[in-house]
Amino acid sequence: MRRPALALVTAVAGLALAACGGGAPGPGAGATGASATRGTTTAGSPTSDLSGDITVLAAASLTESFTTLAERFEAAHPGVSVTVSFAASSTLAAQIADGAPADVYASASATTMDDVTAAGHADDPVVFAVNSMQIAVPPGNPGDVTGVEDLADPAVTTALCQPEVPCGATAAQVLTHAGLTVRPVTLEPNVKAVLSKVRLGEVDAGVVYVTDVLAAGDDVEGVEIPGAVNATTDYPIATLSRSQHPDVAAAFVDLVLSPTGAGVLSAAGFAPR
Amino acid sequence: MPTTLSPRERTRRARTGAGSRSAPVPLLAPALVGILFLVLPLVGLLLRAPWADAWTSLRGSAAGEALRLSLWTSTVATVISLLVGVPLAWLLARTVFPGQRLVRALVTLPLVLPPVVGGVALLMAFGRSGFIGQHLDRWFGVTLPFTPAAVVIAETFVAMPFLVVTVEGALRAADRGFEEAAETLGAGRMTVFRRVTLPLIGPSLAAGAVLCWARALGEFGATITFAGSFPGRTQTMPIAVYYALEADPDAAILLSLVLLLVSVAVLLALRDRWLRAGSAA
Repeated sequence: MRRPALALVTAVAGLALAACGGGAPGPGAGATGASATRGTTTAGSPTSDLSGDITVLAAASLTESFTTLAERFEAAHPGVSVTVSFAASSTLAAQIADGAPADVYASASATTMDDVTAAGHADDPVVFAVNSMQIAVPPGNPGDVTGVEDLADPAVTTALCQPEVPCGATAAQVLTHAGLTVRPVTLEPNVKAVLSKVRLGEVDAGVVYVTDVLAAGDDVEGVEIPGAVNATTDYPIATLSRSQHPDVAAAFVDLVLSPTGAGVLSAAGFAPR
Repeated sequence: MPTTLSPRERTRRARTGAGSRSAPVPLLAPALVGILFLVLPLVGLLLRAPWADAWTSLRGSAAGEALRLSLWTSTVATVISLLVGVPLAWLLARTVFPGQRLVRALVTLPLVLPPVVGGVALLMAFGRSGFIGQHLDRWFGVTLPFTPAAVVIAETFVAMPFLVVTVEGALRAADRGFEEAAETLGAGRMTVFRRVTLPLIGPSLAAGAVLCWARALGEFGATITFAGSFPGRTQTMPIAVYYALEADPDAAILLSLVLLLVSVAVLLALRDRWLRAGSAA
């Protein structure tokens, strides 16, 4: 077990270093690095690649993109294992405040990141993506929702996030911009919970991120919210001061900020920072 | 038991079992660890509580309506459990029918099932597109999820097995002689059930009902999955505590204390059942 692992480490060392070197240009980073890991078995001289397991706490709306990024990171750094925990940014911020062992925090709002940095758990967050809202409706649109104003119709059952959660706060901005009073049937703990209520057809509409509608594929339909009333939220990322492997954590953040990271995020529907 | 013992001594012996007062260290030490482990978190809650502005903090929070909702939904869930669960327990304890063991396993399943799974199952059955729920919606215009009724359903689903198991155990342990005597004297089966069986298992029935009520009061997973969360409508105390922990930890601690207080009150009400050792309940 030890020897093949070592061989892989040495085989991809060069590519891996390229991948974690911030905005390192060239074709070596990310996906190509992953395929090289499997394809190349010739051993070179041992090098000191990163090692250690890190835990990334990421906003629920990052589920698809960060799962992909974590896989790519692991492929590029065979000595590293990444565990990503997805939940509402506010839930994760509370976990960090309560001492959750974690290395990286990626939030869906600057406010929750501010709470974490103000408490001294992280420094210098960097915004890596921007998201905006969309209305998700079940296939066939049973509530006949054609625009954001339909959410105010009492006959249309709507799910929103809790107002404390970033997706709830951003949805509230949209409704304020549109001058609407919406009475949701449920306030869910995170954006994926709203999405699943829509997927199951339990509600006629849910206000979620553009990226969530994209990620749900054919399970939901998206109804656009015009730019004039839409609201956006910034996604900041930072390494946590409690990290046991700050070098690995920093390398992961670099990957998220790299062109590879930007590619994965934009494929998921995020707007560039 | 010798009749010469004073009632006080009899009580003491009943409490201490065989009457031994000293415990060997290999048993005592882990027992003390057990006590500390169960008690320390509660001490933590008391220590961290913001006593100074407890009242204003509680009044400003969603505590009132959440507690009211929790109390009445868990009470309705208990009443439903009694109406349905006691006959079910009787059926399991006093009759023999094919597939009985399977039925018993199925109805006690929610006891060990993760409540969230229960919530998902309820959605699949009674949700708007569930196999029963879609007909409720189409024929009667009734949609259950996100209503207080859904909270009651979720709580009943999770809590009723506690009552059934307790009552069935009591029925099996009860002396059949009284029932047989009553039948010999010409009482019908319903009369026997009402006049003999129920009084016989009365204490266990009460204990089962309280256990069921307490479980319903604490229900979280099935409720948030099936009924969602909206203040005043479906946001019960445990859900309010969970949300408050993110936005306002002080309020979460106070809400927890309120629930702790309710739980202590339940224990006090049941002190003859549970705080005395050796009771069957």
